[in-house]
Parts: sequence; C-alpha cells; structure tokens
Amino acid sequence: MTYTVRFFASIREAVGVGSESVPSQATTVGQLRDELVARGGAWAESLARGRAVRASVNQVMASEDTPLPTGAEVAFFPPVTGG
Amino acid sequence: MSRVRIQTQDFDLSQEVAELRAQDQRVGAVCTFVGTVRDRNDGLSVSTLELEHYPGMTESSIEAMIDEAFRRFDIYAARVIHRVGPLQPLDQIVLVAVTSAHRGESFQACEFLMDYLKTQAPFWKKEQTPEGAARWVDARVSDDAALARWGIKAGNA
Repeated sequence: MTYTVRFFASIREAVGVGSESVPSQATTVGQLRDELVARGGAWAESLARGRAVRASVNQVMASEDTPLPTGAEVAFFPPVTGG
Repeated sequence: MSRVRIQTQDFDLSQEVAELRAQDQRVGAVCTFVGTVRDRNDGLSVSTLELEHYPGMTESSIEAMIDEAFRRFDIYAARVIHRVGPLQPLDQIVLVAVTSAHRGESFQACEFLMDYLKTQAPFWKKEQTPEGAARWVDARVSDDAALARWGIKAGNA
C-alpha cells in the first residue's frame, strides 16, 4: 500500500518535508506513525510516542486506531492553534 | 457567498454583516466575533504572527462545524473568515458572524463556532519576537475545556 503523507507546522519543519508518497504495511494511523518513527532522527523525535501529535485521514480528524483506506491521504501535525 | 473563506487579505466587518443579513427580514439578531493579533503572548512580545493551514481540510472542517451549529441552534446564516500568512499586531485574524431571530441563538452559535474552531480546525500559529526569535504557539487546555462545555470532547492540547 502507498499513502500520501503530509506534515504541517513544527513537524513539517522538523522533518523537512511537506508531503511524500510512503510505501507502507500500516493499516491504521498509529501503525503508520510507528513506521515513520522507525526512520529515526528527526522523524523519531517529532513523531515520538508521548509527544502531542494529531492526525487526519482524508482530511478528517483521526485517532491512532483510525483505519487507513486504500491510497489515503494521511497528515500528521501538532495540536491546532487557530482562531 | 460561501460560508467559509480562508484568505490572506483583510475583511470588512460591516460589509460581511450587510451581506449576511441582506434581504432576510426574519433576522432580528446578528452576533459577530472578531479575533485580532495581540502584541504579547505568554509573556513575550510578538511582532509577526504567521498562520499556516491545511488547504481543503481547513475549509471542510469549518463547513462541518457550521452544519453542526445549524443542527444545534435556530440560526438563519453563518459565515467564518480566517486569515492566513503573516500578520502583525492589531490585524484582524478571524471573523465569525451569525444571524437569527432572537439574540440568544446567535450569541450561542457564535461562541460555539469559535470554541469548535479553536481546537478542531487545522491552523497553526508561529510567532516572531522583535528580536527575530520564532516559536510555534502551544495549544491551550482551556480551549479544550471551552469546547467540552458544549458536550464535545476536544483532546487537542
């Protein structure tokens, strides 16, 4: 499976990429996060367990156990601060 | 006119309200909220505030919030404008405007939409101090608590 993975705000800055296609075995948001953490370096640091990381699937807010549809667009970002 | 606009340019409160209630003789109440850029946050001076968003999701998430406001409150129209890009102190950031027959519904829907937007719409603020130091703004637990009053669990901060 390949997902489009997007990053925003401080996480985008830390990993140095806004969007990429990610070949993956993951079937949930949490599993995909684990795969990215396994890359090490800035990935491991900015997406580490215990850090406040929010996610969306196909542009709807998601949780760690949200399943990933085929070809989903998944985004990881820090808590939102608009308004 | 669309209910949600994300834009870099400023907005005119009077014009937005005039459009929102135009030709609608049922309207007896208009409630608006305007958020502006402060010159201080968490004890630090702020010279520039940069707003990032998630094009597409930001609009659709706010549309869903307005749908929910229509389900909860007896309102006639609602509009949300949120600016992105670099802003300075005194600049307007966000507008929420709601119309209804009586004031109570407009007041409530306006506050509901702001509380919802603060914790669920994908925007991120980055502050710059006059000395050039930059930091991403932290989410506030108090904003989650504000949404919880409406019976919605936020879990953002």
